Amino acid sequence: MWLGLLPFLVYVVLFLAVPAIIAVASGFFDSNGVFTFANLKALTQPQILNQFIASFGVSAVTAVVGAVAGSIICFALMGTKPDGVLRSVVDSASSVLAQFGGVMLAFAFIALIGTEGLLTKLLEQAGWLQNPLNHFGTNGTLLYQVPGLTIPYLYFQVPLMVLTFMPAMEGLKTTWGEANATLGGTRFTYWTRIAMPILAPAFFGSMILLFANAFSSYATAAALISQGGIIPLAIKQATSSETVVGIANVAGVLALGMVIVMVLLMSGYGLLQRRASRWQR
Amino acid sequence: MSEVAAVANPEALIDRPVRKRRARPLRFGAVPSRATRSVILIIAAILFLAPIVALVEFSLRVGQPVNGVQAHGFLHYLAIFDPASSGTYQDLFQGIVNSLIICVITVIIVLVLLLPTMLLVELRFPKLRRVLEFICIIPITIPTVVLVVGFVPVYSAVVGIFGSAPWTLAFAVGVIVLPYAYRPIASNMAALDLIVLSEAALSLGASWGSVLGRVILPNLRRGIFAASFITIAVVLGEYTIATFLSRNVFQTALYQLQHTDPYVGAIFAVLALLFGFILLLIIGRVGSATRNRTSA
Repeated sequence: MWLGLLPFLVYVVLFLAVPAIIAVASGFFDSNGVFTFANLKALTQPQILNQFIASFGVSAVTAVVGAVAGSIICFALMGTKPDGVLRSVVDSASSVLAQFGGVMLAFAFIALIGTEGLLTKLLEQAGWLQNPLNHFGTNGTLLYQVPGLTIPYLYFQVPLMVLTFMPAMEGLKTTWGEANATLGGTRFTYWTRIAMPILAPAFFGSMILLFANAFSSYATAAALISQGGIIPLAIKQATSSETVVGIANVAGVLALGMVIVMVLLMSGYGLLQRRASRWQR
Repeated sequence: MSEVAAVANPEALIDRPVRKRRARPLRFGAVPSRATRSVILIIAAILFLAPIVALVEFSLRVGQPVNGVQAHGFLHYLAIFDPASSGTYQDLFQGIVNSLIICVITVIIVLVLLLPTMLLVELRFPKLRRVLEFICIIPITIPTVVLVVGFVPVYSAVVGIFGSAPWTLAFAVGVIVLPYAYRPIASNMAALDLIVLSEAALSLGASWGSVLGRVILPNLRRGIFAASFITIAVVLGEYTIATFLSRNVFQTALYQLQHTDPYVGAIFAVLALLFGFILLLIIGRVGSATRNRTSA
């Protein structure tokens, strides 16, 4: 019987454990294969630090905005039939955008707010020749710069929020609203004294998940920005060339940095999710 | 009805048939008014449709704008079928074929490796359930872009054994798919008591083969179905692994097309998003059928 578990175990070891360990451990070896901690000083280089900061910035902005916008959509969906057409369409669209996007989302935003994009052209035709879409800062088109990533990222962050936060919203019991009403509470006290405190762990948990999602996402950024600027792009550059002079296996060091951040985020998410699940039975 | 009115006139509440209250469970608390809901959902729909509309508009553009007016037509759609331009899209079609092959093999990995292991754990080693769940969730915590750093050396070994054919990517993609494939099967299993079902069948004289084939798998078909569909969606959207390992799949071909023929790239992006949406819509409908059945 134990043998039946073996094929999956072998597969997971070969294609999950081994690559993960190689990725993280390779940062601890120099170009001759000798163990060293010296590579870790890549993490203190300004060019790497700045990309971590940029990654944190994009993730934080899209997590906060995505969480707020997503929970407003969840609120609007309250009271609709869980099996109805509206909810099916919203759920499926959310799953597609949250999991499937990547390169195609990048295309869609190039067509909307890229240099030749529909909205960019509309603004130009309206007489606003140098608008924030085509003249952001001194570097031209907003979409091809790191701050511009927030716009396509929100396009998958908001749906992810809808998917992860909706179960918590649905956990709000009718009886709590009734109890609030019979005790003379208003809709305002219902939200501030009952719903928000109950939803808080789920809300912040989902926000952390959104942060992690943006932090680890690669495809959309790769299709939009060629010169790098956030950590996943830096990993790609580091695998193809020596990005920090004199330091070997920078990709491994960056992978280690990403994993540390992700483990912290996901443990925070796990803690908050356990608190939140109390109300979802 | 406002909550104040409900308190003042309790009969209004009692008059409501029970069925209606189940359909709209939260009239007092969190449920928004019809107007609020419509306004929020319409704004969200406009914002979320805008990039898709722009993508479609972009794919219909013909030539450069003349005096600020852009001509539209199906020129780029026809070009796909034009034999003269078949060379241009050869990589794209090859990428689509490669992606479909990877889809099939990844679904097989899910059905042949993940599913039997989940069944075995459920029936024989329930203590390992948490461990299996933990393993299947790991690929969310370790970003794909980190895993690929390790896949590069692993694949130099894989190439030595299986060659460098695109289908070998399925091994790596299968790992990325684990969290998505695990969840629908696990929630389907949680809704059944597989141990009781299989013991009932065994006590009626069924062999293990017919327990599997005629009791367990038919009951799990919705979870298996959803897991397979979401696997297909994830594989078709996969870009990171293929770029790092320099293989040609649908997404990498699409990315290349952005530089040579962005219009056709836009057409295929729209089609792929639509295809993914339909796949997941089917999963959603099947999933809600499961919920109905278990609650009944």
